[in-house]
Amino acid sequence: MSKLYSGAEIVFKCLEDQGVEFIFGYPGGAVLPIYDELKNHPSIKHILVRHEQGAGHAAEGYARSSGKPGVVLVTSGPGATNVVTALTDAYMDSVPLVCISGQVPTHLIGTDAFQECDTTGITRPCTKHNWLVKDINDLPRIMHEAFIVATTGRPGPVLVDIPKDVQFAKTKYSKPKKEKKINGKVSNGFNQKDIDQLINLMSKASKPVFYTGGGVINSGPKASELLRELISLTGFPITSTLQGLGAYPGDDNQFLGMLGMHGTYEANNAMHDCDLLINIGARFDDRITGKIDEFSPKSKKVHIDIDPSSINKIVKVDLSIVGDVGDVIRSITKTLKNKNLNLEKSNKQKISKWWQQIQKWRTKDSLNFINSDTIIKPQHAVQRLYELTKNQDTYITTEVGQHQMWAAQHYKFNKPNRWMTSGGLGTMGYGLPAAVGVQIAHPKKLVVDIAGEASILMTMQEISTAVQYNLPIKIFILNNQYMGMVRQWQELLHEKNYSESYSKALPDFVKLAEAYGCIGIRAKKPNELDEKIQEMIDVDRPVIFDCHVDQDENCFPMIPSGKPHNQMLLGPKDQEKNKITGKGKALV
Amino acid sequence: MAQSKSAYSIPTKTGKLDTHIFVVWVDNEAGVLARVVGLFSGRGYNIESLAVAEVDHKNNLSRVTIVTTGTPEVIEQIALQLKKLVPVHKVANFKREDKKVIFKEMALLKIVGSQIKIKKALNTCKKFNPVVLDKTNKSIVIQITALRREIDIMGKNLKPLGLVSVSRTGAVAMTRGAEIFN
Repeated sequence: MSKLYSGAEIVFKCLEDQGVEFIFGYPGGAVLPIYDELKNHPSIKHILVRHEQGAGHAAEGYARSSGKPGVVLVTSGPGATNVVTALTDAYMDSVPLVCISGQVPTHLIGTDAFQECDTTGITRPCTKHNWLVKDINDLPRIMHEAFIVATTGRPGPVLVDIPKDVQFAKTKYSKPKKEKKINGKVSNGFNQKDIDQLINLMSKASKPVFYTGGGVINSGPKASELLRELISLTGFPITSTLQGLGAYPGDDNQFLGMLGMHGTYEANNAMHDCDLLINIGARFDDRITGKIDEFSPKSKKVHIDIDPSSINKIVKVDLSIVGDVGDVIRSITKTLKNKNLNLEKSNKQKISKWWQQIQKWRTKDSLNFINSDTIIKPQHAVQRLYELTKNQDTYITTEVGQHQMWAAQHYKFNKPNRWMTSGGLGTMGYGLPAAVGVQIAHPKKLVVDIAGEASILMTMQEISTAVQYNLPIKIFILNNQYMGMVRQWQELLHEKNYSESYSKALPDFVKLAEAYGCIGIRAKKPNELDEKIQEMIDVDRPVIFDCHVDQDENCFPMIPSGKPHNQMLLGPKDQEKNKITGKGKALV
Repeated sequence: MAQSKSAYSIPTKTGKLDTHIFVVWVDNEAGVLARVVGLFSGRGYNIESLAVAEVDHKNNLSRVTIVTTGTPEVIEQIALQLKKLVPVHKVANFKREDKKVIFKEMALLKIVGSQIKIKKALNTCKKFNPVVLDKTNKSIVIQITALRREIDIMGKNLKPLGLVSVSRTGAVAMTRGAEIFN
């Protein structure tokens, strides 16, 4: 007879078999048996966070920077409810997470027991799937299935709720079965006809553009390499969503920059005027499309995505290819080479006109800003951070708001998995715990959280986690004392009624850093910025960098609400010109 | 036009609404109905009626039949979203006007009144395979099977004859002929 294991042991045996090295968690009554078992499994290291939301975001940072699923362990009731924001965030941004939560013993479920909540009920809409394990005999199967669901198809979070008595109960353990397909949920069944049709469209196009997203990153580093090959083979311009940054080198000439609400002038105009739009692993998010009726009106649209429900959800497309984007790109490139169709040459004339047009848009220099000698401009701070860190392999996380957009605009990413930001849910407080997770996955690398002073206060406690595990993360706060993006919208749309967007009582971040046992650095003047950023990089401890920036700076360019891509609001230099001509004022 | 103050786009015109019947095969496990129904409520889809029961005990499968309305885009989304749920095996969807498919609802009707009224009531039900399930001197319980709108009409017609209680199921569906759903 095979050996019997307790539920808690089985949890760890599954984690070991799934190759899990780190779990992010916080103990509590209903998970104590699992915590008790931790000591017997030296290959798995537990990272103690300060709040369960932090555990979730740290696991997200870990997952996004390493390509492996993040594992979270929390207790019942408040432990589970605290992790809901992170699960929703992971669901929106397709991050593979496996969350294990404790639950009150089965005989107490439904009695409003201490620290009981309907965890599977609460997390049902924010996970790909969840399980309440009522029978110990189901536990090994469910644990393995959880990893399969989280990591296959379009990745996402799952949750396994384990009552305390099930953690004590004993059963046999079974290893994961290979290639178990769950109800055929994973579709990679695109065929050559689709590829041929796409290539036909590509050879006819005179104004093509690639629009790539987080799906390329999720498909693995190989997909990014294949994408680079495809782009260079075709000679087509490429733009990327917020989540897709890094899949294609940010400083390459064929790259138009990010598109969407705060995307570049050239990227958005190319999207609007193109005659062929090839979406690879993006989902036509409303921050990207602007007004749907006027979104890319003249183009044939192609959508390549692993999630069939993403296709035709928002924008009706002419050709859809459902599959893993890496495999699809490989197939496109292979077919292109086989047919010896060098689009760059055969289409050169048509495309060169398109490139001339793009160059014209580029001269707008839409990311420009008026720099200052007396006050640090936030864009300047990000640019300096980039210049001083680009020579090493740097991982960037962000919070949510203006600083996030400036980071996306001015920090150039050359590799996938280097950029972790909350795009879909827009979770303020994401960046610091995510940086913790990234640093865990990449102990020797430089990890910087480009933050805002309002966001950072939402999950500030996690700096304590960083100190505990000697994680030298750098919290680079662009401190303008406002919830900047809220202030910007209030300025543009609510007659400058800055209702509750000013932080009247901010902490002294340098003293706060010292209180937590890390290094505090403050910069107030542009001429001290470089030296202090260098100081931050050189120190091998966690740093809170309080960068005082211009309070009134707005994030440009932007597409105002309800406007199409070709009606962008540009930065202050352009607004000056527009004032003289009287044009563009209606856009404000 | 007044300027939008929203950070979101303004709703644009919506297409024509169609009524569709979804048939969904699911694992008969705890919470599965909540997943299906939660998908509809969470994404703002409409449920007009719902019928669910286990149909395959050996394989532990239940069959859920949902009547919904939506634009063609929404209907397509519903099908694709349903297919993504882990316990969902198969999804079929039919337009209500589809001649190849039979839709039926069942209703239990309780009529309280004189024998004359009860007799009249039974007569009114004649078209819809009435089955008398219970009868007393002053009451009757009739079971009928019909389309949704037919049962609606029956409800109205039986009101003056002493209809006091109506209990009805959601629609269930099956294809005509030898064909089965794929």
